[in-house]
Amino acid sequence: MADFDQELDASGLNCPLPILRAKKSLAGMSAGQVLHIIATDPGSVKDFEAFSKQTGNELMESKEEGGKFYFLIKKAS
Amino acid sequence: MSKKLAIIATKGTLDWGYPPFILASTAAALGYEVQIFFTFYGLQLLKKKMDVKVSPLGNPGMPMPMGMDKWFPVIGTAIPGMQSVMTKMMKAKMKSKGVASLEDLRDLCVEADVKIIACQMTVDLFDMNHSEFIDGIEYGGAAMFFEFAGEADISLFV
Repeated sequence: MADFDQELDASGLNCPLPILRAKKSLAGMSAGQVLHIIATDPGSVKDFEAFSKQTGNELMESKEEGGKFYFLIKKAS
Repeated sequence: MSKKLAIIATKGTLDWGYPPFILASTAAALGYEVQIFFTFYGLQLLKKKMDVKVSPLGNPGMPMPMGMDKWFPVIGTAIPGMQSVMTKMMKAKMKSKGVASLEDLRDLCVEADVKIIACQMTVDLFDMNHSEFIDGIEYGGAAMFFEFAGEADISLFV
């Protein structure tokens, strides 16, 4: 797992909350910083892909481990 | 320039309250400029004290607990008290699955600068008062909706 600057635990939250919380966290970060997100909503995998495509914040990593989903998103400049 | 989403919200039940607020808050997070026009029963979603229910009446696709939808006669859904039972069950289910409450989603929309317009004609029609509604909303008519919707990339009627 790469380094990250901030972590967001969205475990137990369902659509659209993980995306909304991630957006909020990113808003408080500076360009180039990396947000690590933990989620349990299976829909979040496709949602974070779509979020990244539409907002320009790069999805550096997306993986599942033990029923949880982990994402690394780099804030766009 | 950011994309624009225009939504018309016409329903005043717990289940039908979700689509406008989920879509609006998500679109705002994706960078859209969003406006929701609330008309007729949709205005219930703007009340300070939101008191919306889920109705099993005329809602044949709704899964009911214990397979009731399979063997329960349709008339059973009209039994007094059934609506509040279903509402309680739905709220409990949503909470257990980590689905946000309508109030929370509405707050998120307001926080994300989703522009909320309440239909003034409906307010007059049902003798409602502006003081019943949350702050920070505007009142207008169909022409006001089209001013924004005419420029919108996506327009939805819910």
